[in-house]
Amino acid sequence: MTRQMTGAKMVVQALKDQGVEVVFGYPGGAMLPIYDEVFQQSDIQHILVRHEQGAVHAAEGYARSTGKPGVVLVTSGPGATNAVTGLTDALLDSIPIVVLTGQVPTFMIGTDAFQEADTVGITRPCTKHNWLVKDTAKLSATLHEAFHVAVTGRPGPVLVDIPKDVQFATAAYTPKQKARISRYQPQVKGDLESITELVAAIETAKRPLFYTGGGVINSGPAASQLLRELVEATGFPITSTLMGLGAYPASGKSWLGMLGMHGLYEANMAMHDCDLMINVGARFDDRITGRLDAFSPGSKKAHIDIDPSSINKVIKADIPIVGDIAHVLEDLLKVWKSRGRKINTEAVAKWNARVDEWRKVDCLSFKQEGPTIKPQYALSRLEALTKEHDRYITTEVGQHQMWAAQYLGFEDPNRWMTSGGLGTMGYGFPASIGVQMAHRDALVINVAGEASWMMNMQEMGTAIQFNLPVKQFILNNERLGMVRQWQELLHGERYSQSWSEALPDFVKLAEAFGAKGIRCSDPADLDDAIMEMIKYDGPVIFDCMVEKHENCFPMIPSGEPHNKMLMGDASTKDAIGSKGAVMV
Amino acid sequence: MSALNIKKGANKHSAYNLRPTFSDVEERHTLAVLVDNEAGVLARVIGLFSGRGYNIDSLTVAEIDYEGHMSRITIVTTGTPQVIEQIKAQLGRIIPVHEVHDLTVEGRAVERELALIKVICTGDKRVEALRLADIFRTNVVDSTLDSFTFEITGTSEKIDAFTDLMRPLGLSDLARTGVAALPRGT
Repeated sequence: MTRQMTGAKMVVQALKDQGVEVVFGYPGGAMLPIYDEVFQQSDIQHILVRHEQGAVHAAEGYARSTGKPGVVLVTSGPGATNAVTGLTDALLDSIPIVVLTGQVPTFMIGTDAFQEADTVGITRPCTKHNWLVKDTAKLSATLHEAFHVAVTGRPGPVLVDIPKDVQFATAAYTPKQKARISRYQPQVKGDLESITELVAAIETAKRPLFYTGGGVINSGPAASQLLRELVEATGFPITSTLMGLGAYPASGKSWLGMLGMHGLYEANMAMHDCDLMINVGARFDDRITGRLDAFSPGSKKAHIDIDPSSINKVIKADIPIVGDIAHVLEDLLKVWKSRGRKINTEAVAKWNARVDEWRKVDCLSFKQEGPTIKPQYALSRLEALTKEHDRYITTEVGQHQMWAAQYLGFEDPNRWMTSGGLGTMGYGFPASIGVQMAHRDALVINVAGEASWMMNMQEMGTAIQFNLPVKQFILNNERLGMVRQWQELLHGERYSQSWSEALPDFVKLAEAFGAKGIRCSDPADLDDAIMEMIKYDGPVIFDCMVEKHENCFPMIPSGEPHNKMLMGDASTKDAIGSKGAVMV
Repeated sequence: MSALNIKKGANKHSAYNLRPTFSDVEERHTLAVLVDNEAGVLARVIGLFSGRGYNIDSLTVAEIDYEGHMSRITIVTTGTPQVIEQIKAQLGRIIPVHEVHDLTVEGRAVERELALIKVICTGDKRVEALRLADIFRTNVVDSTLDSFTFEITGTSEKIDAFTDLMRPLGLSDLARTGVAALPRGT
């Protein structure tokens, strides 16, 4: 017998059927029936955020750290528009989230009703797909379909807009098992002929390189395992994008570190000089490629991606393989093993020796001297003192984010949550809340800059209310550091609007919320202060006063190829040509 | 450190224009896109083109299968081969899109467009307009003592040619449907 229930009850029932344990949200007029149902159950925990943007980033943090979709409830109008940044962020980084928005009743749509916005219209370009449900009879099936679309293929954000009268009306509930099998079933198995072609290239390559991305993480733990097996078996060096950190362990012997604009010297040099580039789940982002006409000029490029539109978008792939990373790597390993596990041993050994020479440049070296903490030093100490912990790292966006990617080591996937594609300042703090909700006993640290952090600092209330011991490790240079760096390099040191005036006292701010505040400005005190932060059972704002004018290096200036990096000590005068100046 | 002294307007090119590995030659392609006829599906397709900076030369859309809720969108677009491939791949990502066919590369196709053309003229011009309309095998679908409305069907080039001829004779209004196309043969 089918069960009759209201639309609002269907929402809660569908979430339960989908295995949802936590939702992030903020109530409002058009969501009241659903919130009434949320009130009358205890299977799903609702985390009340302080701003809808925070809800979406928290859901992203939850999703990235668990591999499960994050769920958000927000109201119509401003609730929905405040979610737009988070949706766009999730779209660019391929994070599965399901956002449910309230809407004015169907008979009022189009009348400029109170808190009415064309939510599906506004979010059409920033979701993988969205639905406006005008009939309660279709609501439950649509919700199941929404989860399917969010997690299948290349993951992404979806949105279901639910008018208030649809929430009140009654209809039959369609269980998950009985929901229409979706036509949306992207190809997961790679073409075997192309895979064999790649194996042949692997067998003969003299200077091979793995270039991996967030697709490996999104594909699931099996993909990371297979990647590790492949890298260990071949001995090829491996680098990764910002989004892919942790898929291969930072302690692995083939690890080169992150590549790209602020990537490591050895990673970028290897990208430039390789003869076989194996792109595994990355998308040739402009932060990675730098100048396109000088991008890895001598290499044959294989590209494995689940999204056909990623292939040949900016870089022509010689061996394109459309499929899920885990499936493709499994087949790749099978074929390679069946053909005798061949590699060009002598040439690869020579190549690895060359890579080792680049490693010796030690591009991340820095000198901590004088009375001021260098941000690199702060992160090195944070790494040393926390790496043995069950640790999850989120970041905001800017210099601190790049330093975190450079100086922190990730041994496992799903441990690193950062806004890569959209570069959303204000991402990290709410994301850390989402991560902590999924991993209550873990050490969750948001590496932040003071400017980014203040973009969503209202979420302190959420952290306190739900007793989430998130550590806000703020590298405070009283500057918009990355903006300042570009102004120094590109705009004649005219620092237009790039300093943080009138900053709060972060220690007092923490105390005002009922959290702990720690300030540290002396390098000699840093270790003790970090230990104090780790040991405190509750949210901490750590105000780490750092060198104000430190620049983030290495850096590939805009418009330059990979082998023209700026290093820390080198002169940066006129480093960026006029052609590079127009790029972001 | 000194300013870089960049001349105003010296840099017209963005990073996205640095595409040496791909051909620069623009091609015209006719795409047939089969979609679920659901609310907003056309907006998704159009939004894709505007959002990613692709061209739409013409676009037609109508439901073709009432029971199956399917519509056919025919899009004529221009772009480099790489952009055309991107357009097809991006269209394929839209959830309600079932099939994307590039009629320009999948063999020969029949392409037709319909236009209504109102010409206001009297005397010799009126005679000439009617004579040319006859040559182009149009139908007169409305007539007054000083105007004709012609209905013409054919390739876009044929309609272009006819409207060019009508312009000096008193063309006043023009409505075109855009291209509808099907592959030839079975």
